Amino acid sequence: MLEDYFRQYGLIAIFIAIAVIVPTSMLTISWLASRIGIRPTNPTPVKQETYECGMEAIGGRWGQFNFRYYMYAVLFVVFDVEVIFLYPWAAKFLGLPLFALIEMFVFVGILLVAWAYAWRKGDLEWA
Amino acid sequence: MNCVLAEDNILHGTPLLRWVYELAGLFLPCWLSYFIAGFVIMFILVNAVLLGAAVFVWTERRLVGRLQNRVGPNRWGPFGMFQPIADLLKLIVKEDLIPQGADKIAFVAAPIIMVATAILMLAVVPFAKNTALADLNVGVLYVLAVTSLTSVAILMAGWSSNNRYALFGAARGVAVLISYEVPVVLCLLGVVIVAGSMSLADVVTAQAVPFILVQPLAMFVFVAGTSAELNRTPFDVAEAESELIAGYHIEYSGIKFGLIQAAEFGGVVTASAVIATLFLSGWAGPASNYIGWLWLLIKIGVVAFLFIWIRATFPRLRIDQIMAFAWKFLMPLSFINLMAVSLEVYFLRDSSGALTTTDLWIMTVINLVVFAVCIPLFGSLIRDKVRPAQLQPTARATPGATVQQAGGEVT
Repeated sequence: MLEDYFRQYGLIAIFIAIAVIVPTSMLTISWLASRIGIRPTNPTPVKQETYECGMEAIGGRWGQFNFRYYMYAVLFVVFDVEVIFLYPWAAKFLGLPLFALIEMFVFVGILLVAWAYAWRKGDLEWA
Repeated sequence: MNCVLAEDNILHGTPLLRWVYELAGLFLPCWLSYFIAGFVIMFILVNAVLLGAAVFVWTERRLVGRLQNRVGPNRWGPFGMFQPIADLLKLIVKEDLIPQGADKIAFVAAPIIMVATAILMLAVVPFAKNTALADLNVGVLYVLAVTSLTSVAILMAGWSSNNRYALFGAARGVAVLISYEVPVVLCLLGVVIVAGSMSLADVVTAQAVPFILVQPLAMFVFVAGTSAELNRTPFDVAEAESELIAGYHIEYSGIKFGLIQAAEFGGVVTASAVIATLFLSGWAGPASNYIGWLWLLIKIGVVAFLFIWIRATFPRLRIDQIMAFAWKFLMPLSFINLMAVSLEVYFLRDSSGALTTTDLWIMTVINLVVFAVCIPLFGSLIRDKVRPAQLQPTARATPGATVQQAGGEVT
C-alpha cells in the first residue's frame, strides 16, 4: 500500500517532466525549422521594438504604475491559509462530532468578520 | 517474473493498461513495468490535452461563428476541420521574435509553464473506473495547486516582455486569478465534505446524485471562478483586445504564441474534465464499467459547450466589476454553500457517518432553494456595481460650444 503511494507520486514526478518536455520540444522543432531555412529569422531593430500603438514607444518600458491589488493579495493569503486548515476538516467531517462543526463555524465566523471589515473599509474596491 | 495487479490498483480498471503491465512484467521488474504502463497513460493524457485543444479551437470558432450569425472557418477540410492543423503549421514556420530588452529566460519559460499546467491538471482525473494516472489522496488540492501556477506564468510573460501593455495585462490577470482562487477553493470544500475524501476517484463514486444537483451553488461558483482563471470572455481583462491590445501575450509571436493559445484552449478542456469529474459524476453512467471514458468525454463536451456559450453571450466586464463579482458575490455564496452543506451533512448522516442516496436528494431540494434565494439576494448587493451607470441626459451641445470654450471664435 505504501509502495503504491510512492509509485503514484513517482508517476506524477515523471509526468511533470513530460509536461515540460512536450512544449519545449515544440519550441525546439520551430528552432530547427529556422536552422534548415523553413522558418525565417532575420531580426532587425525595428522588428524588435515592443509594440504599443504602431508609433515608436517613448520613454522607458519600466515606468512605475500602481499595481492596485496588494489588499486583494493580503486577503487572498488570509483566506488561502484558512482553507488549508479547512480541507482536512472537510475530508473527515462525515465522522466528526458536533464540537468540530461549532469550532469550524467559529473559525469561519472570525474570518467572515475580517472580510466584512475589509468590505466596510473599502478595501474590496478596485480604486 | 509475473506481475499481477491488485484489484484496487488504479491501473487495474483498463484492460489495455493491465495488458501492458503484465506483458512488460514478463521481462522486467514489476516497478519498471508499472512505470511503462504509466507512460501509456501519460501518452494518452498529453495527446488528450493537445488534440483536445485543437478540437476545441475548431469547435469554438465554428460555434461562436454560428452564435454570432456568421460562418466561421470552413475552407480547409470538411467543415474547416483541419483549420487547427493549418494554424499550427503556420505558427511553427513563422518568425519567432524576442523583443529588445526582454528577459529571455522568463520570456521563453512562460509559455512552457502554461502548457505544462494545462497538461498536469489531467493527472488526477479518473477517466474510467479505477483508471487515472495517479489517484492521489489529495487530488482536489493537487488540482487547485496546479491551477494557481498559471498566475506565475502570466506574470512571467507580462513582466519579461518589456512592454507596458503586457505588464498591465499581467497585473490585472494576476489580480483576477488570486481573487477567484478564494471562492473556488472555498466552494470545493462542500464537495469534499459530501464525498468524505479529497481523492477525485472517491468524489466520483460518492456522486449517487451528481453534485451539480446536490450543490448548485458550488457548481455556479466553480464554473464562474474557472472561467475567470482561464481568462475567458466575461472575465478576460488580462488580454482585453480593445483595451490592452493583447495583454500579457502581446509580444509573443510564432510558436510561442501558439503554445500560449494551446495552453488556453487545452486549459478549457482540462478544466471541463475537472468540472465534469467534480460536479457531473465523471465517468459514472449506464454501463460505465465498459464505456466510462465515453461518459467522461460526453460530459467534458457539455461543459466545454457551456464555456463557449458563455463566451458568446456575455460582454466583457470592467476590472472593478470583476473584482466586486469575486469578493462581494462569489465569496458569500461559497461561504453559504460551505455552511449549508456542513449543517445538512451533520443532521442527515447516520450514526456511522454515511450519507444515503435519499439524504443526497433531501440535500438537493434544500440546496436548490438556497440557490434560488441567494443568487438574487446577493445579486442585489452588487447590482449598482455591476450594472452600467445610468446615462445622465447631457445638455444638448450648442454648435461651436467646444470652440468657444477653447477661446476661439465662431463665425
